[in-house]
Amino acid sequence: MPNNQSEYAIETKNLFIFYGAYAAVSEVNIKIEKRKITAIIGPSGCGKSTLLRSFNRMNDFVPSSYVTGEILLHGRNLYDKNVDPVQVRRKIGMVFQKPNPFPKSIYENVSWGAKINGFKGNMDELVEQSLRGAALWDEVKDKLKKSAYELSGGQQQRLCIARTIAIQPDIILMDEPASALDPISTLRIEELMQELKKNYTIIIVTHNMQQAARVSDYTVMMMIDDKRSGGVIEFDDTKKIFTRPKDRRTEDYVTGRFG
Amino acid sequence: MIRKTFEHEIQQVKDDVLLLGSMVEHAIIGSVEALKKRDIKASEKLIADDREVNKKRFEIENQLMILIATQQPMAHDLRLLASTMEIISELERMGDYAKGIANINIRMGEETLLKPLIDIPRMAQIGADMLHRALTAFVNEDVEAAKSIPVEDDEVDALYNQIYRELMLFVIQDPKTIERANWLLWVAHNLERVADRVTNICERTVFIATGEMVEIKNSDEEFWKGQKNS
Repeated sequence: MPNNQSEYAIETKNLFIFYGAYAAVSEVNIKIEKRKITAIIGPSGCGKSTLLRSFNRMNDFVPSSYVTGEILLHGRNLYDKNVDPVQVRRKIGMVFQKPNPFPKSIYENVSWGAKINGFKGNMDELVEQSLRGAALWDEVKDKLKKSAYELSGGQQQRLCIARTIAIQPDIILMDEPASALDPISTLRIEELMQELKKNYTIIIVTHNMQQAARVSDYTVMMMIDDKRSGGVIEFDDTKKIFTRPKDRRTEDYVTGRFG
Repeated sequence: MIRKTFEHEIQQVKDDVLLLGSMVEHAIIGSVEALKKRDIKASEKLIADDREVNKKRFEIENQLMILIATQQPMAHDLRLLASTMEIISELERMGDYAKGIANINIRMGEETLLKPLIDIPRMAQIGADMLHRALTAFVNEDVEAAKSIPVEDDEVDALYNQIYRELMLFVIQDPKTIERANWLLWVAHNLERVADRVTNICERTVFIATGEMVEIKNSDEEFWKGQKNS
């Protein structure tokens, strides 16, 4: 990807995301700051995951889906005709709601992405570095050859994070990364996010407002309009969103009176 | 969607704040009344009652902490609960001023008042009245009222300065009156502080309603200006 001059990790300009004729997300103009955690919140069906998935072209897999407007990564539109979606996903990794390790060893789970991307360096080092980065190394260093399925849910999710950072992305997208985890594992992921943001930009979709309030620097509040299309109604410092939001609908949502 | 249980518990807290407020109001008026009549028994009762004020304050504080822990308040709810924590602390301190006045009456023992009390009961009345309306504004989140009440503090400051000058005249004319003058000066000082704390309550009310933390009126500045001129 081209220059690193932009002060934002990602910027959307007049972004619409369609499924056929239906605009699932309308008119999104946001700038995501580098090396910060940005949370996307809003009631079910407001387009949070759709917006998140558009950032690494995951919606390409949905037939009839297309976008208009722009999503700029380092100033270049991700949806330009000559941009390879595989390259996009190399720069923008994703962690899903349910941990989804491959049915392979812990080591292979981490090394796989780097291998297919033609990584020529020291693989052992990369695996260790990535597992350390995901705060998992100490727990698995003696059983790297064991199946990833032997790990607990929380460990599997951290393994997926290790797998994501092994390909050295700029941005990590997280779609409800802790919703299938117990409270202790959830806190571990949240702590890990604070470490990760030193090197990566993180965008997280979460239904858990306390989690958004705890972990994020910025919050994007989404809501559907009367045409059932999702849009951003407020985007601000997380501290402001949860203490004195400007929009009445945000107030109602964060105080639990709507949604 | 309405959070019925939470709304109900918030209402309960507001009712309790009003109750605490009325205990403090009575203590302020009662403490000056007892002093005026030199009624030591009434002052002793006021001191005992202050324990009830403190108890009520801790009770509300506990309620607030439970609500914060269990309901995870955000935005307006969070501002309300956090500010209420401040407001009950202001109320408790106002109760302490009344207790201080009761203590002065007891410590005066057999001494007579240096002068008949006219302006001091007036200060108490204005302070208690301001407090009453400030708490009504808090419960109704009435920003306009909350902004206008602190202005009345000027009158309290003016009365204080007047009392101060009067007492100084007594002391100048007869230095032996210094202790009796000092007692009354402390009483007036406590009442002056009551009005200042009403201003703090009003500032919190504005914050709850608007999210803006504004200093409505710098009472201390006005007060010291008055001191310099006197």
